[in-house]
Amino acid sequence: MSNTGTSETRTAEQPQHKVCWSCKGPVGATSLFCETCNAIQPPGQLDHFTRFGLKRTFIIDVDAIEATYLKQQQLLHPDRFASKSAREQALSSQQAATLNGAFETLKNPVARAEYLLRLAGHEPEGGEGHTVNDPELLMEAMEMREALHDADDRNAVDTMIKDTRKAARACEKDVADALEQNAYDRAKKLTTRLRYLMKMTEEARAKKSRLAAA
Amino acid sequence: MALLKIHEPGQTPLPHEDERQLAVGIDLGTTNSVVAISNDEKPEVLRDTSGGNAIVPSVVYYGADADPVVGEAARDQINDNANRVVSSVKRLMGRGIADVKSIAGTLPYHVEVPAEDAEKSGEPMMVRLNVGDRVLTPVEVSADILRALRARAEASLGKPVEKAVITVPAYFDDGARTATKDAARLAGIEVLRLVNEPTAAALAYGLDNGAEGLYAVYDLGGGTFDISLLKMQKGVFQVKATGGDAALGGDDFDHAIAEHLLAERKDGGTTDDLDASDAKRLLKTARKVKEALTDADETSVTVSLGGADTTHTVTRAAFDAMIAKLVSRTIAITEQVLDDADILADDVKGVVLVGGSTRVPAVRKAVADLFEQDPLSDIDPDEVVALGAALQAEALTGGSDNLLLDVTPLSLGLETMGGIVEKVIDRNTPIPVAKAQEFTTYQDGQSAMMIHVVQGEREMVDQCRSLARFALTGIPSMAAGAARIKVTFNVDADGLLTVSAREETTGTEQEVAVKPTYGINELDMANMLRESMVHAREDMEMRLLTEARVEARRNVLAVQAAMNADRALLTSEDEDNIAAAIAKLEAAMSGEDRDLINEQAEALEDASRPFAEARMDARIRQALAGRNVDQVN
Repeated sequence: MSNTGTSETRTAEQPQHKVCWSCKGPVGATSLFCETCNAIQPPGQLDHFTRFGLKRTFIIDVDAIEATYLKQQQLLHPDRFASKSAREQALSSQQAATLNGAFETLKNPVARAEYLLRLAGHEPEGGEGHTVNDPELLMEAMEMREALHDADDRNAVDTMIKDTRKAARACEKDVADALEQNAYDRAKKLTTRLRYLMKMTEEARAKKSRLAAA
Repeated sequence: MALLKIHEPGQTPLPHEDERQLAVGIDLGTTNSVVAISNDEKPEVLRDTSGGNAIVPSVVYYGADADPVVGEAARDQINDNANRVVSSVKRLMGRGIADVKSIAGTLPYHVEVPAEDAEKSGEPMMVRLNVGDRVLTPVEVSADILRALRARAEASLGKPVEKAVITVPAYFDDGARTATKDAARLAGIEVLRLVNEPTAAALAYGLDNGAEGLYAVYDLGGGTFDISLLKMQKGVFQVKATGGDAALGGDDFDHAIAEHLLAERKDGGTTDDLDASDAKRLLKTARKVKEALTDADETSVTVSLGGADTTHTVTRAAFDAMIAKLVSRTIAITEQVLDDADILADDVKGVVLVGGSTRVPAVRKAVADLFEQDPLSDIDPDEVVALGAALQAEALTGGSDNLLLDVTPLSLGLETMGGIVEKVIDRNTPIPVAKAQEFTTYQDGQSAMMIHVVQGEREMVDQCRSLARFALTGIPSMAAGAARIKVTFNVDADGLLTVSAREETTGTEQEVAVKPTYGINELDMANMLRESMVHAREDMEMRLLTEARVEARRNVLAVQAAMNADRALLTSEDEDNIAAAIAKLEAAMSGEDRDLINEQAEALEDASRPFAEARMDARIRQALAGRNVDQVN
């Protein structure tokens, strides 16, 4: 299944003016607040990159995005609307939830890569109903899992964590290159590999704390 | 025609507007509760009228044919009227059979457990307490405590108090949060926000110190343990990770000492057969031992039970050994949370201590050892949470430069084939959050689907807490796997969950606010409100009237702002009509008739419609002329 290309065209078709629910006048399509009456607007269908004022690209400055995220939350969070009308409270909750979702997606490299793939009309691997059939990757994953299983002291697990993190970082760079070149099939494979590497790091960390607790 | 006055936006006078509604912060604790208020970011606890203690023991005494008594006076009844006194009720908030079975033995009163088959039938059943001649839910008992705190605040401030920020342990699940909100409703308190206790504590420290960086909040109260990691930057407090144990606290220390004392008596040849009253007295003695050992290296105590008096000496070292396992459990949980957030203990800039149990020297030492620094404790650990809650209450009613960004403490998911949990929202996800997941049917022609919502970290459904079950019915007949059922989880800023399910091809939809399994259903709630609050109806009317006024005021301001922005598009006829409608609406707003306000608000909308349409037309013409909307503004 895929939602091919719809989001690309959606941007172009999007009207540049919407009706403000509060003053019933015109309001910019990307405005968080009505320029006229200052009422909070619904989040709309903006893609996550547009929401943060960014181009659609894998390499982003997460710290800069976080700064934007915090600035926008300062304006949109329900705590800012605690004594406003029920409608404004509901809109604030939607806006804050949408912003949280956008930031969570963009700051995580795997989620970001998958999101970019979907925006380009390519469903990432490993989702509902997709099986991974890259024998090379499956072999690598099996070896990593065995190595983790056999590692029985904290130092060995620590080394594994370091190795998988290093591999993940290199893989991120490959994902970026593939997406840059619109090589989506390659990007899909690499994203799947990145997801495995992140998962292994997580499992190794969990094992480390289990060893520490024992 | 009479001259009509049009106010500047934001300056429309409204009845009662100058009286800013008082909002307090309430720490509704397992053992003790505290209420505080903040003015100009200076929070202070509210003491009893004699200016004495800030702490209200979370203990309620239900005398025969008398109003409930809360606090010290209730605790004094423990010796003589043990079966009429309820303490530690927070441990039962939103709890079901399984949890209660595991902790019932440690509770000094009789818990009536709902019949297991009743719960299995899907009927939500809450535990009830047999107290003297009454049968009470934990929610009602909590409401009595909240009423006492509200009364204290009103006496101290000399004004009615109807709004509050109430704190809950970060680890409280959805059922316990809902139960807390229900208790507030029964007590006639509007909850502005449920805030996690550790977050409130950090708020109390953060504002004072204005410090940026990573902080850990170690909160060991009477009945719960919480650990949170917070990042403070640019006026935003972000909760990075939380963890804890909802059934581990200082009460367990008391039990450890009590067991130790009983064991020593047994060794000395005294066999005890404790009734509820004995158990409460023994626990009270145990608590005294614990408190004495905060400063002293050893203490002596006399236990008088069943006519046999025994004297015991307990050293600090012996006490430390009794609680060592409990303390190291808190440290293990803390390490896990640090790991989850990928943070090393050295990265933590400061450690905040919260809860009376952090006075225990062994606890302080364990925390100091883990973080390799002395924890912050210059705010009274019993008051710090209420102070933070008061700051948040002020921020919510009066505005603030600071913002609190909280997270979900536990993962939320759905039961799928084979009893496996499919997580929809991971723990430590920032809230509010909305996430959707798609599912499909697994049988040809399947017309309904059971949605079972669970909370917890384990992979199997029976190891997680069941929050709600509901059925999505009316799925059209399709081949297996063809239906597309989108289940959306919404967690609001209080951490409360709403789940909706929708069959995408036909739009069949069901929605539930997740509260059934362990909460009180709406009917019970309505009955309780009726029984306990004569004024419930008036309160509701008042609230609706206030909401109508707020909405009407917003309408007026919006129209006035539009008139100021696009005056050129306003015909004199429209201007007259709008001004007249505003005047009528404002007259209605100063009255008490909610229907009239809504009617006049609609009339204003009608009167301003031609103007609004003119503004939209003008904007569309500008756009067609090739000008960008953003350039226009």
